[in-house]
Order: sequence, then structure tokens, then C-alpha cells
Amino acid sequence: MTTIRNFLIRKRGGRRMDITDVLSYLYLAAGTLVMFGPVLWVALSSFKTQGQLIEFPPRLLPYAQETVEIEGYDEPLPLYLVTIDGEERVLAQIRRVGIEAQMIDPEKLPANPTQPTDEERIRVPIDAREPIERLSLAWENYTEPLEKFRFGTYLKNSVIVTIVATLITLVINSMAAFALSKYQFKGRDAIFVLIIATLMIPISVILVPVFLVITQLNMNNTLWGVIIPGAATPTGVFLLRQYMLTIPDELLESARIDGASEWRIYWQIVLPLARPALAVLTIFSVMWRWNDFLWPLIVLNRSELFTLQVGLNSFQGELQIQWHYVLAMTVLTLLPITAVFAFLQRFITTGIATTGLKG
Amino acid sequence: MLDTPQLAEPSPERAPEPTPPSSVIGWLGQALFRVYQALMAAIELLINPLERWLGARRMAYFFLLPNMLIFGIFVLFPMLLNFFYSGTAGTRLMPQDRTWVGLDNYETIFDCANFLDPNSCAEDMFWRAAQNTTVFVVFQVGGMVLMALLTAVILNREIVARGFFRSVFFYPVLLSPVVVGLIWKWILQRFGLLNGLISGVGGEPVQWLLERDWATFWVILISIWAQMGFYTLILLAGLQAIPGVLYEASEIDGAGAWQRFRFITLPLLMPTMFVVLVLALIRAVQVFDQVFVLTGGGPGTATKYMVQYIYETGFAAQIPRRGLASAASVLLGGVLMLFTLVQLWLGRKSEAT
Repeated sequence: MTTIRNFLIRKRGGRRMDITDVLSYLYLAAGTLVMFGPVLWVALSSFKTQGQLIEFPPRLLPYAQETVEIEGYDEPLPLYLVTIDGEERVLAQIRRVGIEAQMIDPEKLPANPTQPTDEERIRVPIDAREPIERLSLAWENYTEPLEKFRFGTYLKNSVIVTIVATLITLVINSMAAFALSKYQFKGRDAIFVLIIATLMIPISVILVPVFLVITQLNMNNTLWGVIIPGAATPTGVFLLRQYMLTIPDELLESARIDGASEWRIYWQIVLPLARPALAVLTIFSVMWRWNDFLWPLIVLNRSELFTLQVGLNSFQGELQIQWHYVLAMTVLTLLPITAVFAFLQRFITTGIATTGLKG
Repeated sequence: MLDTPQLAEPSPERAPEPTPPSSVIGWLGQALFRVYQALMAAIELLINPLERWLGARRMAYFFLLPNMLIFGIFVLFPMLLNFFYSGTAGTRLMPQDRTWVGLDNYETIFDCANFLDPNSCAEDMFWRAAQNTTVFVVFQVGGMVLMALLTAVILNREIVARGFFRSVFFYPVLLSPVVVGLIWKWILQRFGLLNGLISGVGGEPVQWLLERDWATFWVILISIWAQMGFYTLILLAGLQAIPGVLYEASEIDGAGAWQRFRFITLPLLMPTMFVVLVLALIRAVQVFDQVFVLTGGGPGTATKYMVQYIYETGFAAQIPRRGLASAASVLLGGVLMLFTLVQLWLGRKSEAT
């Protein structure tokens, strides 16, 4: 035991753990709970049935009551653990009258289960019975909104917007970055300054005029109207340009001597070498587009065009929030980002720490 | 994938043999590669004459064109148009249908007997939003920078599984504002987890989002929760750039932990702190989406912020007042521009030293 303990608390330089270390780990443990807890709670809640969601105080795990099918009854009967005269029995409830529940024994079924005689019918006060429960995941929370509502369409729209917008952003940003980093031409510095100057100007500042442009171009209420305006990200151009500056010009020159066209130099030399920066921009772009809300909210008015975020918002804005669906769709919305993060977390965190960028 | 030509018409005598997935994928890969090759050939066929005509040097303009076209149409032009809009009135969208009113929209906004009392203003909603935004910015940025600094300092210690904890604090940054809003709405509702825990220890449940002060408190706290990981990462990178020799030297000189923090860490972290501060300010001024989902601006107008005011005035209202919305966004843009200039100026200064 002491060796394990020593292993756990030993530190570089042979120092022992002191009070500040203990406090640090306490802070980190609390932080983990606070950061992950809410998401985990929503994930657990999303598997609860409607009835379970309104339980108060809420329970941690999703349960469902055990039931038994008995001939003559359309619905399966709920099972209860009942204490009668100090003896515990498992009974099925056939109906409830006020504070009294009427039960039958599923082991010793009455001859006619729907019309039990008075001896076969066991009367129990409702507080003497306890529902028998098992862990159960309400998958219908996930399947029903995809069928009954338009969540399948929203999902499809979000995927289309994210993929198409990211591809366009990668191509046009890298082309511009290539021009700005590898050519000498008039106005180059002016264009670069212009791009840098708008780095911090978000779309929320120019909503009305961009909406006008979209309307003039007949892109209102189309996915293109969501995709195109944000495609020429200053962040992406800046990020790629800074990276491409590190690619030695000699490489390009020797390719030119070998007779490569400018397009070939861009596509087959510069782009492959800029792969790390392109990867960072891909992750950023996927994140921005998947999570984008205000702009799609303004452009898209027809529900068959909604992205997941807009659809989720309109669904939760209804008078009676159908939490069992909302929670499941929330989990569905955060799942792709969480998966990306789980696989690429080291890459993302170091990428952001070194570039210091986020839109 | 099953519609590949090999599988489309199985011979009638034998049942179709299940094709090993590798061959289907191989075939698909090959097909994709052919398409890619054809596409590249087509692009070169179009671009090479262009290059011959322009000359290699001026191909730069070609590479710039698509990005600058979209940038010009959807960013630069609207920025200029915004000034025009802010000088017009009417409910129509098209510029030619709008009447020029000069500075009327700005006059409406600034028509105020006392700027600290929204009730005395003609456009009281604007000033309420401005007031709410100011309170939000001060507490959110202040609280978040302190929390991020504390977290970064702790993560910079000799910690087991530092990478894991770094990711833990970063995770909420990736969640969409709508998802963040919904997660907390679920936790804070009348019969939610928080009230469950409170009544578990014998307390009274609270309607967190229906009381003005609590709603403001939670909106600020949640936005710190959602964003602090990003700033923690930047501060951590700043901390790790401080040379360890300095700490060793100060330890030999007998400096305590607090003195080391006060006289080494803080001064050397200042440039990073300024960057974090300005970035956080710029984000905080634009607060909208997660609050919109969480409270809808309520209760009453307690959590209605500037961007929501612009959105509602220009788009969501029955009679959209786009001129007024534009004037408000010009003012908001001015504030953001100010912050950006401060950041550029500080960046220059730190580069110079």
C-alpha cells in the first residue's frame, strides 16, 4: 500500500505532495464534475420516459416499470412489490380506485383474469406497494422525432451545410493565402490589412445589409444563403498565410524551372505541405458551421430548410416543451462535435494554444 | 454501394456471391480517383490558357479572386451599406424603396433625458439592452479571466494527466450555443436537477430563470462555463512560455510562492492577459444565442442584450425597423472596432519590446 501511495504522491525532484497539490487536485476534480456533469446529466435524462422526466426529485438513471402480459388485457399490467401481513409478494395492478389499488397475482392467475372473484382480487392501499423497476433506455425519444418531426431533414441540412461550406472555405481561403504569401504584386499588403481589419467584425454587426444582399441574389431561404456569406473567413486566410510563409520559396522556383504551372504548384506542392494548417482550419470550420445559429435563423424561414440548431430552437420554443424529444435531439446535436473532440482533442487544444484563434 | 456494376446483374443460376467489402471499397476508391483525375485535368485545361494569357506573376489575382469576390460582396459591401441603411427609414428592404432621413435614427437612439435611466429615453429598449450588456460584459469578462487564470495556473503545476484536465475544461467551448442553452435550461427548470439537489438538502426550490437577478446571474455563469476553457488554453500557453530559470533563481533568493506569482508570473503574463481580455470583451459584447435559447431575453427584459435588440428590431418584429437596427449595429461595430484597435496597438507594443 505504501508503495502505491508513494507512487501516486511522488513528484519530480523527489518532493512530497503538499497542501497546494491537494487543493489543485480538488479543484480539478470539481472542475471535471462541473464541466462534464451537465452534459452527462442531459445524456442520462434523454433516455428517460416522459413520465420519468417529471419525477421530482429526479433520479440519476433511467428506469422503466416491469410489466407482465396477461390474457384479456390490452395493455401489459404494471408489477408491484406489495407487503401483505409482513410477507412480500409480486402483484400485477389491474386498476386503481382512489387510494386503493386492485391487484392480481400473476403466478396464480384467476380462471377469468379480467373478472377476478373477490378472493382473487387483492386490495392494497397505494402506499403499501412499490413499483418494480429495471434500467431501461427509452430509445423512442431518439427514433420518434426523426420520424414524426423533421429532425431527419434538419440533420441532413446541417451535414450538407457543414461539409459544403468547409470544402469551399478550404479551397478559396487556401488559394487566397497562396497568393498573399507566395507572390509579389501591387496592392498585396493593402488586401492583407483589409482582411486583418475585418478579423474581429462579426456578422452580427452587418445583419441587415447582408440579408439584403442575400435577398437580391435570390439566396433567401436556401442553404446557399447560409453557406456562402461566411465562406471567405479572414481567420482562415490569416492562419493559412502565416503557415505558407514558412514553406521555402526555392521549392516553388525549382518546380517552375521544371515547367510546372502555377495551379500545379498550388495544388501539388503548397497544399500538401500546408496540411497541418488545413487540418486546423477544417476543425474550426466544422465547428463554426455545425454550431452556427443566428445567421441560419435569419436566412431560413421554411422548416424543411432548418439546420439542427435552428430546428432545435424552434422545437424548444413551443409552449409545451416536449423535453423527452428536446433532450434526445440535443444529445444528437452535440454527439458529432464530441466525437471529433474525443479523437482530436490533443490536436485541437495544442492547435488553438499555438494559433490563438477562434471565430 | 450495392449498385456497383459487378453486383447489379447477378447470374440467374448462382446466388450472388457476397463481394468482399475490400473490393467494393477498392472499386469505389478507384472510381473516385478517376473522377478526381478527370476533374483536375478539366481544371488545368481551363486554367493553363489563363496562365499563358496573364503570365505566371499575375496568376496571384486569379488565386485571390474567389475569396475576395465573396469577401467583397458579403463582408465589405454590407459594411458600407450598413452606414447607408442607418440613415434611412421605412419597413421595406430594398434600398431604392427607403426614405433618406439623415441622422434621425441616431437622434432617436440618443433622445434621452438621462442616459442612466432607460425609461427617460425615446428608444428605451436600446438603452435597456445597452445597460444589460454592460453589466454582462463587466461581470462575465472579469469573472471569466480570473477563473481562466486560476485554472491555467493550476494546470501549469506538476499535475498528473494534465492533457486530460486541459481537455476537460475545453470541452464546453465546442458545444453550440443552442445546446449550451438547452442543457442549462433543463438543469435550472422548476423540477430540474439543481432544485432536486436543493430540496434534497432541505432547501426551497427557486425559479432560477423567472427571477430577474437569478436569471442574470445564471446567464453570466453559464457563459463563463461555456467559454473559459478557450482562454485557459491561451493563458496556459503564455505561462509555459515563461522561462523556468526565473523561478529557480527566485527560489534561491528565498522568494515565496505568492511573491513568485506576484513578481514573475503576473508581469510576464501581462501581454497574454491583454490579448485574452480584449478577445473576451469582443465576444461578450456580442452575447446572444445561448441566452436567447435559455431565457429568450426574459424575465421581462432582464437578459435582453444588444445583438438580440438588433435581431428583434430588424427582423423578428412585426414591423421591422431596419434603419434603427442598422444604426444600432453601426454603434456596436464602433465599440468592437475600438477594442480591435486597442488589441492591434497592444500587439504592436509587445512585438516592439
